[in-house]
Amino acid sequence: MDDKLVTMSPAQKKAQRSRNIAIGVALAVLVVLFYVATIVKFGPSILDRPL
Amino acid sequence: MAVVENIGREEIRLSEATAGDYFALLKPRVMSLVVFTAIVGLVAAPGTMNPFIAIIAIVAIAVGAGASGALNMWYDADIDNVMSRTSKRPVPLGRVLPGEALAFGLVLSALSVLTLGVLVNWLSASLLAFTIFFYAVIYTMWLKRSTPQNIVIGGAAGAIPPVIGWAAATGTVSLESVILFLVIFLWTPPHFWALALFKAGDYGRAGVPMMPNVAGELSTRRQMFFYALILAPLAVLPAVLGYVSWGYGIAAVALGAGFVWKTWAVLAMSSDDKVMKPAKQLFAYSIVYLFAIFAIYLVDVVAWRLMATIGA
Repeated sequence: MDDKLVTMSPAQKKAQRSRNIAIGVALAVLVVLFYVATIVKFGPSILDRPL
Repeated sequence: MAVVENIGREEIRLSEATAGDYFALLKPRVMSLVVFTAIVGLVAAPGTMNPFIAIIAIVAIAVGAGASGALNMWYDADIDNVMSRTSKRPVPLGRVLPGEALAFGLVLSALSVLTLGVLVNWLSASLLAFTIFFYAVIYTMWLKRSTPQNIVIGGAAGAIPPVIGWAAATGTVSLESVILFLVIFLWTPPHFWALALFKAGDYGRAGVPMMPNVAGELSTRRQMFFYALILAPLAVLPAVLGYVSWGYGIAAVALGAGFVWKTWAVLAMSSDDKVMKPAKQLFAYSIVYLFAIFAIYLVDVVAWRLMATIGA
């Protein structure tokens, strides 16, 4: 299998890292966005449920 | 995870595209104008809106505008490659493959429209969806390469953001937001044709039928002046109709007079003027004009609202 592995050049590694960080940040922002929007939309009634 | 076998080594392509290349696909400079005019539409609208939902609306509109930019760069890579202004874009440079730009644009289009619909309202979401469709399909795929009226009709896509902002805040489309739409719509031809005048060689090489290449420079300059003559008074209309104060009105009159003056200078340009300084000046001024009109509109609305709050 080893001979099938592709070695990345430093430029490719750097670019991949940059893309990884951007994708990570974008997905995290999306989570926060929907999480907070849920709270905002429900308002105080978010706690108003049978426990 | 699936194990993919039999991949020929030559088919493996390791991308060197950075996050910055993908960000460039969103046309950040166009996006800044979209964001700004959408904010004005959203803030100027009556009623109160949860600030967090307002931020989501603006982000979704920005991402939707960026997505249409990415779709434009996917489709127009051939044209962009031969034009000096656009040859450094990620797709013509080969840093991002056309298919990657397409996927990026499509995913962000769907995501921005659905987010706006679910978290804000469906009127603004449908307007955003229409705008992306209009810019990517009607303008980029169809009009841009087929008619010199390309940027006139296509300008509607760039003019909608304040209407989307207003719709996000109120769930309606009103005359106030339609006037803001018309300001950008009528501003686009003189703005873009000023650029097309001194970049005519570029557009000619790319085979894009811009007005100066098709109808000639003199006809283009006349049409620009015509649009400036309608734009200047129209931008004063919000004050006439009482949507904003005459503070805005006076500023709009002054800015509009400047716009007509600069367009007149372009009209008066001699036909053998190759430097085209007046056209370059008009292009620069037109950007200042639009930002100023919307900024003053925003300040006026916010100032009166603050005064009403303090007075009450």
